[in-house]
Amino acid sequence: MGDHEHHHEETFITKYIFSQDHKMIAKQFLITGMTMGVIGVIMSVLFRIQLAWPDEGHPILEALLGKWAPDGVMDPNIYLALVTIHGTIMVFFVLTAGLSGTFSNLLIPLQIGARDMASGFLNMLSYWFFFLSSVVMVISLFVESGPASAGWTIYPPLSALPQAIPGSGLGMTLWLVSMSLFIVSALLGGLNYIVTIFNLRTKGMTMTRLPLTMWAFFITAVLGVLSFPVLLSACLLLIFDRSFGTSFYLSDIFIQGEALLQTGGSPILFQHLFWFLGHPEVYIILLPALGITSEIISTNARKPIFGYRAMVGSILAIAFLSFIVWGHHMFMTGMNPFLGSVFTFTTLLIAIPSAVKVFNYITTLWKANIQFTPAMLFSIGLVSTFISGGLTGLILGDSALDINVHDTYFVTAHFHIVMGLSAIFGMFAGIYHWYPKLYGRMMNKSLGYVHFWITFICAYGVFYPMHFLGLAGLPRRYYSNTAFPMFDDLVEISELVTVFAIVGSAVQIIFFFNFFYSIFRGKVASQNPWRSNTMEWTTPVERIHGNWPGDIPEVHRWAYDYSKPGMKEDFVSQITELQDGEEEAH
Amino acid sequence: MTSFLTYFIIALAIIAFVQIVRIFELATKLKGGQKIEVTDKENHYNALAMLVLGLGFVLFVAYSFVLWGDLLLPESASLHGAKIQGLWDTTMYLILFVFFVTHPILFWFTYKYRGRKDNTALYQTHNNKLEIVWTAVPAVVLTALIVYGLQTWNDVMLVDTSNANKMEVYARQFDWTARYSGNDGELGKSNYTLIGGVNTLGVDSNDIKSHDDKIVREIHLPVNKQVLMKFRSQDVIHSAYLPHFGVQMNCVPGMNTQFAFTPTKTTSQMRSELDNDEFDYVLLCNKICGAAHYNMQIKVIVESQEEYDAWLNEQKTFKELITL
Repeated sequence: MGDHEHHHEETFITKYIFSQDHKMIAKQFLITGMTMGVIGVIMSVLFRIQLAWPDEGHPILEALLGKWAPDGVMDPNIYLALVTIHGTIMVFFVLTAGLSGTFSNLLIPLQIGARDMASGFLNMLSYWFFFLSSVVMVISLFVESGPASAGWTIYPPLSALPQAIPGSGLGMTLWLVSMSLFIVSALLGGLNYIVTIFNLRTKGMTMTRLPLTMWAFFITAVLGVLSFPVLLSACLLLIFDRSFGTSFYLSDIFIQGEALLQTGGSPILFQHLFWFLGHPEVYIILLPALGITSEIISTNARKPIFGYRAMVGSILAIAFLSFIVWGHHMFMTGMNPFLGSVFTFTTLLIAIPSAVKVFNYITTLWKANIQFTPAMLFSIGLVSTFISGGLTGLILGDSALDINVHDTYFVTAHFHIVMGLSAIFGMFAGIYHWYPKLYGRMMNKSLGYVHFWITFICAYGVFYPMHFLGLAGLPRRYYSNTAFPMFDDLVEISELVTVFAIVGSAVQIIFFFNFFYSIFRGKVASQNPWRSNTMEWTTPVERIHGNWPGDIPEVHRWAYDYSKPGMKEDFVSQITELQDGEEEAH
Repeated sequence: MTSFLTYFIIALAIIAFVQIVRIFELATKLKGGQKIEVTDKENHYNALAMLVLGLGFVLFVAYSFVLWGDLLLPESASLHGAKIQGLWDTTMYLILFVFFVTHPILFWFTYKYRGRKDNTALYQTHNNKLEIVWTAVPAVVLTALIVYGLQTWNDVMLVDTSNANKMEVYARQFDWTARYSGNDGELGKSNYTLIGGVNTLGVDSNDIKSHDDKIVREIHLPVNKQVLMKFRSQDVIHSAYLPHFGVQMNCVPGMNTQFAFTPTKTTSQMRSELDNDEFDYVLLCNKICGAAHYNMQIKVIVESQEEYDAWLNEQKTFKELITL
């Protein structure tokens, strides 16, 4: 790419719409992800309102949902639809495309010293497939019979039979189309990231000098490329079952007075295929967040990340294990108890590399000189949620203990904290930290502090009490808890959760205001505002096509020489040559 | 009018907020553009907030067990539930120990090592000894936990059911039906194509074993007698969840699943223990199955063998049902 520096004049369309510049594509992913995030969060507020005060009419529900909420009381079908689409949007559109898509695109070329991605064209296609997929998903919300409502895991037969639930009609078809487009996008993006990291590293940027963000994005891309095709095949087989009368997943079904012809299929097959993606997907979401915070914690602690090699090793170990634990989502499907034992074994092993990561984060803070930027606050928040949420995994991953908490609110609490909160905190941290690389300006710090503190309190306020709902036996995805006297005592917790959810969601307005206001009015950024070592901070503030005006600099050291004795400043850029007699440390 | 006023006030509040922030910005600008992004004062207050709120959260976690502890399910009323309890307690103690150690350390470090202009961080890249220790210790602890967990799992799942009462729990949108084997102790065959009329479970009347089966809309279980519950589903996946016994199993169309357990407390015993005359055991659906998923339940009654026998004798057999 060396001779592509001087580009011809770009039109509005090639610059802002069909752009092949990784930095613009990153922004497109981010804005689309944020838009989808708003939709997903509003949905969660709506169903939380219904859950906390089930019998009172809520004008806001009627205003937004129309015929689905007569007199302001939600219909059970739309409740399930909201839960389904909330999950789909948050998992795939916000925390996969919005997080990985944004930061992989933005940072991979910048941090490894490349002019752009290996294929700018594929990269552009990756975004536009994602965009199409988002459009189809949003369109599915307006279908007459309602959007998909079989849960984000869309287990057949519920998702296969329109007779079983109205959402399994056109809404489900659009869901499947949208996800198929999404998978194409994820694969195009992932392949590009892998190829770029392998081939386009600048001189001196060996694999062991890669910043941890790069390692995390790289392994994430590998996970995606290996697992997303399996979901695609699962979706295709489901499309066949739904539309062409095949019976991959259907067998012995009698519904609405009719015995269906399909025999010999197995609904459990779908679950295996789904979770073969589904569990790596958890780490596709989480690893980029861990990579981002590793970088931010080290930079703002003004201290090398503790145990770089162990951090890389634990990413690899987590990634490997994530492929052989999917069965822990299926302990209660009647699987052979021996199989349950195997999945318990592999699942609990993940705690070891996770513990190593936590200890390394905490030790990085020891004797540090912590700079509390909003990004740093969110990163510390991530360490906290990663611990709190990870620990309950020891219960859910243990088949014997899972029996009584499987599919209860305990699960909802667990994965929202360890995956949802951690990843969203990582995403916020990344946005605050790399905003200067996106827009050349700084986000407002004071607003960032307000945003973090209220978000952090509300996040735990929403999800911590849910553990108790689960331990009281309350199943997730219940439209109402009023049908059982044994759940009557849980009303107060339910209301508390909803109040925190409303406040926590409302406070995101501050973030959005800060984000869009700063694009135009934010303080102009200096070249390296956080005094960081990585290569993206050696590019000019103007963010030119091709990234560096002259030759791409050579890399001489790892990314974590913070507060190194004998140096003028408390940071040493990766492109600074080793001094006489200086040793490169790992 | 009120809604206009509300919007107006919200708009005003936003404008006021923006102005305050801008004043802050201008003030820092006037003080001279600083080279570093975060001042010592900001570091101090954020670190303090992290310490206070962080420890506040840790304390709240401890207090929450007092506050909400009595909402939890009562001690399991089944034989295997007691075995699981031991594993549960061990795991909980471990989790709480790790939580109550790591969180205060995390928040204490963030406070103690807050940034100051004249401070320098320690240049420390790794420490092999330390890292080996904190890889090995979790590895050992987890090995123990895994072994304990697998033993418990096998104890619960791999039980001898030759003497168990056999019954079937049948799921469909959105109710449950139970079928008891009659005097022969065997359930008759069934097939989904036979569903129709009174034969809601598709029981095969040509199978002689089915004739004395009893189909009911309430589950009765004799106390201290092992029951082997077999599960079938008519339409979509359901999950039979009996929270008070620590029992859960999916009901999958086209598949047979089962769970064997022994209830140890009668309904009336449980009522007096909980001091609640209206308490009833319940089997509820725990896998999303459609609009009325939230209300798919069947009452479960645990009683003495005599009461159970008397109840079962009153029920019609399958043969009586179809020849009516």
